[in-house]
Amino acid sequence: MLETLWFILVTVLFIGFFFLEGFDFGVGMLTKIIGRSDTDRRVMINTIGPVWDGNEVWLITAGGAIFAAFPNWYATLFSGFYMALFLMLIALIGRGVAFEFRSKLESARWRATWDWIIFFGSLLPPLLWGVALANLMRGVPIDQTTNYVGSFWDLLSPYSVLAGLSILLLFLLHGSLFLSLKTTGDLRDRALGFAKRIGAWTSGALLVFVVLSYFETDMFTRHGIFPGMVPVSAGFALLSVPFLIKAGRDGWAFIMTGLTIVLSTVTVFMSLFPRVMISSLNPDWSLTIHNASSNEYTLKVMTIVACSVLPFVLAYQIWTYWVFRKRVTPADHLDY
Amino acid sequence: MHWIWRDGSSASPRFIIFLFVPLSIGLAYLIAFMNTLYVVKNDEKYKKLTQFWGRLFLLNFAVGVVTGIMQEFQFGMNWADYSRYVGAVFGGPLAVEALVSFFLESTFLGIWIFGWDKLPKKVHLAAIWLVAIGATLSALWILAANSFMQEPVGYVINNGRAEMSNFFALLGNKQLWVEFPHVIYGALCTGGMFVVGISAYKMLRKHQTEAFRASFSIGMVVTLVGSILTAFAGHEQAQHLMESQPMKMAAAEALWETTGEHAPWTVVAAIDPGAKQNAAKLEVPYLLSVLSYNKLSGSVPGMNELQAQYEQEYGPGNYIPPVRTTFWSFRVMLVSGMLMILVALLGVWKMYRGKVQNSPRFLWWMMPAMALPWLGNLSGWVMTEVGRQPWTVFGLAKTADGVSPLVSSGMVLTSLIGFTVVYGLLAAALVYLILHFVRKDDMAADASHKTHANPGNPALPML
Repeated sequence: MLETLWFILVTVLFIGFFFLEGFDFGVGMLTKIIGRSDTDRRVMINTIGPVWDGNEVWLITAGGAIFAAFPNWYATLFSGFYMALFLMLIALIGRGVAFEFRSKLESARWRATWDWIIFFGSLLPPLLWGVALANLMRGVPIDQTTNYVGSFWDLLSPYSVLAGLSILLLFLLHGSLFLSLKTTGDLRDRALGFAKRIGAWTSGALLVFVVLSYFETDMFTRHGIFPGMVPVSAGFALLSVPFLIKAGRDGWAFIMTGLTIVLSTVTVFMSLFPRVMISSLNPDWSLTIHNASSNEYTLKVMTIVACSVLPFVLAYQIWTYWVFRKRVTPADHLDY
Repeated sequence: MHWIWRDGSSASPRFIIFLFVPLSIGLAYLIAFMNTLYVVKNDEKYKKLTQFWGRLFLLNFAVGVVTGIMQEFQFGMNWADYSRYVGAVFGGPLAVEALVSFFLESTFLGIWIFGWDKLPKKVHLAAIWLVAIGATLSALWILAANSFMQEPVGYVINNGRAEMSNFFALLGNKQLWVEFPHVIYGALCTGGMFVVGISAYKMLRKHQTEAFRASFSIGMVVTLVGSILTAFAGHEQAQHLMESQPMKMAAAEALWETTGEHAPWTVVAAIDPGAKQNAAKLEVPYLLSVLSYNKLSGSVPGMNELQAQYEQEYGPGNYIPPVRTTFWSFRVMLVSGMLMILVALLGVWKMYRGKVQNSPRFLWWMMPAMALPWLGNLSGWVMTEVGRQPWTVFGLAKTADGVSPLVSSGMVLTSLIGFTVVYGLLAAALVYLILHFVRKDDMAADASHKTHANPGNPALPML
């Protein structure tokens, strides 16, 4: 019972992370794609400036929650995906510092260096998360002792790389729509134009990914929870985006990419349930919420803590978005 | 010696944390205090100070905060078996840390940085206090986890692993309540000396002397109070160590044989761990009894006796930690702490006499003195972690048994080198930026609302 609750909570934390950092990563990549001048880039960074750090904590908390609630999952996942996580950590570390350091000196070389770190630091995590999720869905070589026996290269396959690219595109779309809501003038037009251009690509990539999932994973055939309407709704949400942009409903378009992210994340976790890591060697060696979880008492304590703290976190994070609800313009005080 | 690399690769993130995070915590309180002065007195001088120190704080915070992710992930990456064995109790504090503290400090720091023009002054002020509180709570929870490693409580062994049985025992761990104050007071000193050293430079260069005299005073008083409290908390911690981890204490004293009734304190010793004896040593009679028990008598057990005792209790093995490292790191910590108290006493005395700005030599010395809290923090950390070996969790899990069995040494080494190089570069960039800002005499221009700061570098000599 509590194990199921914690599986749901972990899902919620990943939803928070993908939804919020999704546009952060998108904006980070777009600084190089549609940002033409130093001021452009500064404006774009400032649209996420007050919030990106808090957004990233959703990932840290997801890691902590997995550790506390499912220690065996935590141990197998993190030691198994060692090199992928190492690369992601390097990317996140560099990117986080770059946001703070880039504008502190006038030198063009200094700024260009940090801007590239922002670009690659925002590009690598979505790719790696896509690869990781595809492998979680398909199963990875896990032996009897619940250890991952493959290598980093085993994680890379056309299927998992496509997953990475799909998430990358989805976050780019999400980020450009976020920019369309937070910027003005020419920059906003460019963000919208870019969203229009990649909308079809994103839908196409995700469609191919879903079709491949039919062959690569057991999510459509397994008896368990049938994701049913959830992935279908995710698909429709994504397909509605180009029409909403054309109709000038940027806000709704952003909500729809957000909904796509939320529902896709739900689909992935539903297709896993009650497993948390599928063994491709022997189904009996898979980690489930039952054989990977903490003891009852720990789960109970953590439930009380999480349920009493999370509402406050949500409240003050929402308040932050309200405080910084205005669009960022070059006329603003930009030098932080 | 496979696990040594592991230890290196998981110790290096924690070492990195101790490089950046104490300054973040200490400086957060100093800035919150200056910001409060600004709001209460409505004096622009304090606003400028808040923004000047806030800027340096943010540079350091940016590097420190990303270690949070690493810290949350590295146990599973490098210590899979350890995570499986103790995760059901050890994972709890880490999850709470993220949930309670990381969210709080990260979110409100964003609000504080970008909220100067958008929020009422008092709400804006509350944000920086919440950052300071969040950072402190973060230390509390990570030290709750660390205290479990030093002195496991609140668990039962069940299903072949340690499981949490009492959350409040974990939180009420005696070790936590001697370790946490010691670390927090140390952090206050770190922030205090940082402010003192840079203010001293600014006063010597005659940049906004009046404002920096104010921050100098604030920093000096905080350092004085902080360093004295650190010493008292440390004394209490050492006494607790006598009960909970006498081996660490014996190693910190290079004490091979159990002392007589009146234990002398070893000032320095030529340690020979191979022969399990000291070739030479300099002692102060009675002092170890006083330090250990607050009285002139009381025998302190030596490593040889403890080794025999542990062999009986835990089976054959070497239970003696690296003695030289433990011994000397303890002394480096003590000396840096004592020097800091002396510096702060002298500084406060000079302030009281109104002579600070007329003592350029004293001001000059405050710059190298900035290193003292770092020496103390890092050597204290080395002592407590190295002195715990061969245990990861004292009496429960050995370091060598906790590694990720299928993560290769090559991967561990790659990540160790990778993180070290990345953090080396970031630290270099951080120091460069701090020097850059400190050398400029345009605090007002820096803090004002300009899109571009003055690019012209004042031709000042290097620090």
